[in-house]
Amino acid sequence: MSEASAPALSVRGLNKSFGALIVAQDINVELAPGARVGLIGPNGAGKTTFVNLLTGFLRPDSGTILLEGTPIQDMKPEARVSRGLARTHQINTLLREDSARDNVAIAVAEREKYAWRMMRYTPQWRRCTAEADALLREMGIADVGDRQVRELPYGQQRLLEIAIALALKPRVLLLDEPAAGVPSTEAHRIHDVLGRLPADIAVLIIEHDMEVIFRFAKEIVVLLQGRVLTRGAPARIAEDPEVRAVYLGRTVV
Amino acid sequence: MSDPAVTPSVAPPAGEAPTFASRAWSLAGHALPWAIAIVYYFVAGYSLSIGTQIMIWILFALSLDLVLGYAGIVTLGHAAFFGVGAYAAGLFSIYFSPDPILGHLFAIVVAGLLGLISGALILHTTGVTFLMLTLATVSIIFEFGNQARWLTGGDDGLQGMQVGPIFGTFEFNIFGQTAYIYTLVVLFIWFLISWRLVKSPFGRSLDGIRQNPRRMRAIGTPVWWRLLAVYTISAAMAGSAGALLAHSTRFVGLSSLSLLTSGIVTVMLILGGTRRLYGAFIGAAIYYFVQDSTAKISPYFWEFIVGGMLIATVLFLEGGLMDLGRVGQRLMARIGSRKGAP
Repeated sequence: MSEASAPALSVRGLNKSFGALIVAQDINVELAPGARVGLIGPNGAGKTTFVNLLTGFLRPDSGTILLEGTPIQDMKPEARVSRGLARTHQINTLLREDSARDNVAIAVAEREKYAWRMMRYTPQWRRCTAEADALLREMGIADVGDRQVRELPYGQQRLLEIAIALALKPRVLLLDEPAAGVPSTEAHRIHDVLGRLPADIAVLIIEHDMEVIFRFAKEIVVLLQGRVLTRGAPARIAEDPEVRAVYLGRTVV
Repeated sequence: MSDPAVTPSVAPPAGEAPTFASRAWSLAGHALPWAIAIVYYFVAGYSLSIGTQIMIWILFALSLDLVLGYAGIVTLGHAAFFGVGAYAAGLFSIYFSPDPILGHLFAIVVAGLLGLISGALILHTTGVTFLMLTLATVSIIFEFGNQARWLTGGDDGLQGMQVGPIFGTFEFNIFGQTAYIYTLVVLFIWFLISWRLVKSPFGRSLDGIRQNPRRMRAIGTPVWWRLLAVYTISAAMAGSAGALLAHSTRFVGLSSLSLLTSGIVTVMLILGGTRRLYGAFIGAAIYYFVQDSTAKISPYFWEFIVGGMLIATVLFLEGGLMDLGRVGQRLMARIGSRKGAP
C-alpha cells in the first residue's frame, strides 16, 4: 500500500484488560483521510479507554495502531502527537491561568519545535500568537484571546479545546464529547465548528448527543463492553434493533 | 477550515500596546533593586559583607524559583546543589587553582551535573514521592560531606581555601568590596538569564507543565525532558551561589548542605513571592533584615517573627510580599468606591 493511499488511522485487533475486566476486545477501526466516524456506546462501553489507547495514555495488551501506515502502539503520547494524532478532552484540560491565545500559541510552538528555545523575544513566538489568533477567529472566539481561560464561559472553553487540537495540524483528530456540558443555547457554535473542520483531517468523534453524531458522522461504530457491536452508516445504525435495544432506546428521550 | 485562515498574512498585535507611562513605571521597577544594590555599596561601610550574603541568598532563591515557582517542582533538596557548588569551588581552590573565576565555573559544572544525574533518577516521580526523594538526595550528600573528613573536613568545615584575585587584578580585600561587586555582577548575569528563560517559549512550556501536565502531554510536550532541563539549569545556578559563598568567606561549612538550608531558601522565596523573579530579592532581603534586627532582642525571637510573617504571607498574600503593592491598590480602590457610592 502506498503512503498516499494508507488509511489515516488503522486499528487492528486491539485488546486491553484490567485484571478480569476486559475494556477493549479485538477492536478494529479504520479511518480514511477525511473520514468522519462517530463512536457511540452506553456508559462504560470503553469509549474513553479506546481514546486513551490511541493516544498512548494506556498501553494495549495486544494489537496494532497504524498512523498513516506507521505503527505507533509502542510510542509515547508526545511522539504520537508530533506524528499527527491530536485529541480534545471530555473534561476541559486547559492552562487556566494563561490567556486563550497563549493556550493555543503554546501548542503551535510545540508543533513547530520552538518550545525548546530559551531566549525571550524570539520572532517565532510572535508567529505562534498570530497563528493562535487566526485559529481563535476560526472558532469565533477571537474577542476573548486576551482573557484568562478560567474566566471564560464553559462553551468557549470547549471551543478552545478544539482550537488547541487544530493548532497541532493533526492528520487524525479525536474529539472526546466536544459538546458535553454545553448549554443548548450555545451548542450550535460547537456544531458549526465541527461542520467546518478541515476536510482532509480524519476525525473520530465520541459523543452522547445523538443529534451531533447523526449530523456529523458518515459512519458510526457502536461499542458495547469493549467490543464493536456493530458499525455502518448513520441511517442503518438508527434502524438497527440491537443498537436501539442496548443504547438508543434507553438514553435518547 | 480554509487554508488562509491557518496561515495568516497579517499578525495582529497581541494585547494592548503598553503606553509610555506604563513602560516608564516598569523600567523604574526593574531598576530599583539594582539601584539599591549600588547605593548600598557606597553607604554600607563595614556591613558590606551582609549585602554580599543577601545577594548570594537572592541568587540561591532565584534558582529555586525556576523549579519551584515556574516549573512547579516541589523540592526540599536544593541545598545539595548550593553546598556541592560551595565545596566544589573550595576544593578547586585548594587542589587546582586559586583563580576564583575558574573555580566558579567548575562549581557551576559540578552542581549542574549533579542536578542532571539526580534529576534523571527522580524526575519521573511527582508530588510527595518526589519530595521524599529530594530529601533523600540532600541527606545522602550531607552525610557524605560529614563522613569524608579527608576531603571536606567533616563538621569542622573546609579549611585552607586560597582565593586569588579576579582576572589576576582584583584582590578579595578585608572590607569585601571586591566580593560585593563580583557577587552583584554574577547575580545580574543569572538574573538576565532567568528573565529571558521564563519569558521564552521554553519558559512558557514549563509554566504550562506546572498548571496542567496532562494538557502539555496532549500537545506533544516531552514533559520529563523539559523538567530535567530546568532542574539542571537551576542546580547549576544554585551551585554558582554556593561558589560565591565559598569565595567571599574563604570557608565552606557543612551547614551549606543541610536540610535547614533548603528550608531557609524556600521560606525566603515564599515570603518574597514565587514566579516573580524579584520575589527572591525581597524575600532574601526581608529575611536577613528581620534576622539582623530582632536577633538583638533575643536569639530565637527572629524565628518567631519570620514564622509569623510566613503564615501571614501564605494566608493573605498568594503571590508573597510582591503582592503587597497590588493588594494595597485594590484596598485603596475599594475605599475610594465606597466613598463615591451614594
